[in-house]
Amino acid sequence: MIIINLLGLLLIALIAWWFWIYKPDAVLADKNTVTVVVDNGIYEPAKIRLAAGQNTTLRFLRKDPSPCAATVVFADLEISAELPVNKYQEINLPPLAAGEYPFTCQMQMYRGALIVEGNGG
Amino acid sequence: MQSNTKQTKDKAQENEKQALEYLRIQGASCASCVSKIEGALRRVDGVEEAVMNLAQSTVSISGQAPVEAMINAIKAAGYDAESITDSSDEAVLDEKDKADEVYYQRLTREMWIALSLGVPLMLYGLFVGEMTVSTTTERMVWLAVGLLTLGVMFFAGRHFYIGAWKSFVNHSANMDTLIALGTGTAWVYSMFVVLFPALVPEMARHVYFEATAMIIGLINLGLALELKARGRTSEAIKRLIGLQPKTARLIRDGQEVDIAIEDVQLGDRVRVRPGEKISVDGVVVEGRTAVDESMLTGEPMPVEKTAGDEVVAGTINKSGSILFEATRVGKDTALAQIIEMVKRAQNSKPPIGRLADTISGYFVPVVMIIAVLSALVWLNFGPDPRIAFAIVSATTVLIIACPCALGLATPMSVMVGVGKAAEAGVLIRNGEALQTASKVTAMILDKTGTITLGEPKVTHIELALGSDDDAVLQLAASLEAGSEHPLALSIIQSARERGLALAAVENFQAVAGHGVQGVVSGHSLLFGNERLMRDSSIEIDSYIEKAQAMAADAQTPMYFAVDGKLAAIIAVSDPIKDDSIAAIKRLQDAGIRVVMLTGDNRATAKAVADKVGITEYFAEVLPDQKSAKVAELQRQGEIVGMTGDGINDAPALALADVGFAIGTGTDVAIESADITLMRGSLHGLADAIAVSKATLSNIKQNLLGAFIYNFAGVPVAAGVLYPFFGLLLSPVIAGAAMAFSSLTVVTNANRLRFFNAQKH
Repeated sequence: MIIINLLGLLLIALIAWWFWIYKPDAVLADKNTVTVVVDNGIYEPAKIRLAAGQNTTLRFLRKDPSPCAATVVFADLEISAELPVNKYQEINLPPLAAGEYPFTCQMQMYRGALIVEGNGG
Repeated sequence: MQSNTKQTKDKAQENEKQALEYLRIQGASCASCVSKIEGALRRVDGVEEAVMNLAQSTVSISGQAPVEAMINAIKAAGYDAESITDSSDEAVLDEKDKADEVYYQRLTREMWIALSLGVPLMLYGLFVGEMTVSTTTERMVWLAVGLLTLGVMFFAGRHFYIGAWKSFVNHSANMDTLIALGTGTAWVYSMFVVLFPALVPEMARHVYFEATAMIIGLINLGLALELKARGRTSEAIKRLIGLQPKTARLIRDGQEVDIAIEDVQLGDRVRVRPGEKISVDGVVVEGRTAVDESMLTGEPMPVEKTAGDEVVAGTINKSGSILFEATRVGKDTALAQIIEMVKRAQNSKPPIGRLADTISGYFVPVVMIIAVLSALVWLNFGPDPRIAFAIVSATTVLIIACPCALGLATPMSVMVGVGKAAEAGVLIRNGEALQTASKVTAMILDKTGTITLGEPKVTHIELALGSDDDAVLQLAASLEAGSEHPLALSIIQSARERGLALAAVENFQAVAGHGVQGVVSGHSLLFGNERLMRDSSIEIDSYIEKAQAMAADAQTPMYFAVDGKLAAIIAVSDPIKDDSIAAIKRLQDAGIRVVMLTGDNRATAKAVADKVGITEYFAEVLPDQKSAKVAELQRQGEIVGMTGDGINDAPALALADVGFAIGTGTDVAIESADITLMRGSLHGLADAIAVSKATLSNIKQNLLGAFIYNFAGVPVAAGVLYPFFGLLLSPVIAGAAMAFSSLTVVTNANRLRFFNAQKH
């Protein structure tokens, strides 16, 4: 029983580490355009590194037909867009100050973030 | 041969699903052209597949190649091509509907697959016998059922498992994670019992294949119903998009020609016949008609239009034929901007939703942890068979938790509420404005143009010198020609109506909030309120009583002095809008403290306030003091709404907790306020408040429902009631509850569609 309990607690620790503590690498945006594929419940890439103070275009390609994937919302930027299935939808982002800007579906289940770095110079 | 045709058809269908670009081909007439064009396209970098439909002369292409490269490749092959991928709002919406329909069919198909196994299994468990593994025959039967369930998981639930895995490797977790873990745990445990019964205590040799199949079936059913219900939440935006006409009738070289709306240019002359829609925004150059603008402004009465008047796209020409010149086309039309604003607002969140969003972010891993803890508690302290109880409770916890209900609670209501407001001619900038509007406790109404028509007229001239009305009016109007004040315009208008020619004004000077001064035809003139006269030492005492009498009759008396002597009092009156009284009463009935603000003198202000039923007013407020009045009410603890014209009142609108810009017709000041009222009536204001209150209360119901559901459902699923009542939920019940919890949220949000602001 002790082993089972220890395994259970280890599992809880792993859940906390995997979903909350571990920080996956962000994809660096080059040429100011990044393609984000929306499929199977995720944005890919989910973390995008951008340089501050630059215009950036995100090209969303939604392959997931679930209505949950239909809208992408950048809550901090007051930007949102409907994503047609199997078609590109471009979102032009204004130059951003350094910081992290999450983007999600309406229900916050699909989650991604723009990690803006630099001083914008 | 038949097989080949089928393969081609399948390939075409598959390609259709993945197609990113459609091109129309010109010059292709034979089967050999097809392979040539397809081959040329496939050689373009980024093209994954190209399939041509010769009958329609179209080719659908999947991949990531730029459209120009594809067209060039076709041209190089000896044909011509153009993109027919339509990106208009309507086309996007059509495609969304089509994609939703395909997804709906898939979900219902998957539901039937899962339920056709799950329901008989469940009925067997309920009425026929125990779902236990004791004999070899039972093992064989349950092994077969287990494999059938695996088939259901593959054919009807694959998307949950793929989604869960993709999220997992991406360090995120969502609804799919919970469903996959819940159904997966039940299946793996059941298969373990079937394959290794000796390793499981006899009492715990129970299988839960019915749970896996039923949960997959019920959740697919819930998703299908939710998809349909969600479609209805965007009805308002669909209606707005549907207002956009597809063609316009242009005058080209003296001929009327119908052209696509996208091809209309600025300055084009457009003909609109009775009963037709106005195609783009413009100014009438010929004809007279009445236009129904209700679809944009909520104003039920048709608006008269004649040369010089503005018309906007999407409204309907009712009576006469008109010719107008296009002034705004494409994305610049008022309709396009309204659609854009409504779309943006529908996806923005009011602050009330933030807590739910924060919780949603941590929710799924927390539920996973609770499931593990629950299993551990049952294993340590539960009755026998402990392992079976542990599996059932963990599975039920995973399945009953519904982050979607939490996540959907706010956006679905905002979507419907903002759309509903737009239908009533109320444009809400974002979720925050919506929420604050619902909490407004004091509303400041600017008198001129808000309570009144904003079109003052000269009603009386009381002469103090001489006996010539016209001479006084001519001088006064000449002086006011330099001013842009609405009262000045009324003086000029009155002079024009009497056919008086205006003289030039020299040394014109506006004394803010008090009046104007200048020199006309050698006379030194002063025109304004009592303070202006007193400051300039003009003797007015014997006329004060008359002025007061005018003011008490809701007229604005203005003193006019010529060469240092009072020459006349000119009374101007701005008629109160027909429905101001009723609308103000609606606001007061909603418990809002209504305060009027005006630059007029106290007596006129009181007279107007009395007429419309307002007891509090600020009179003689200079334009730059409006913000101070907003701040004054805020200091008293009020949540202040300020209603003004959106241009002159911009600072006060910005300072107020919610700024309402009141438009006249379709003259939209979209960017200037939190909430824009498209029609002049104050009923729009009362509608805005009513819709925002209804939306917020809908959001609260949803949030409360979702919180209670999850915070009560998860512990019950974990088995907290078992020690007291012997009650432990079945995973199937949990699956049904979860499937219908988000549907309930969407359905509740849809109730807002039937909200009638005018009745509140």
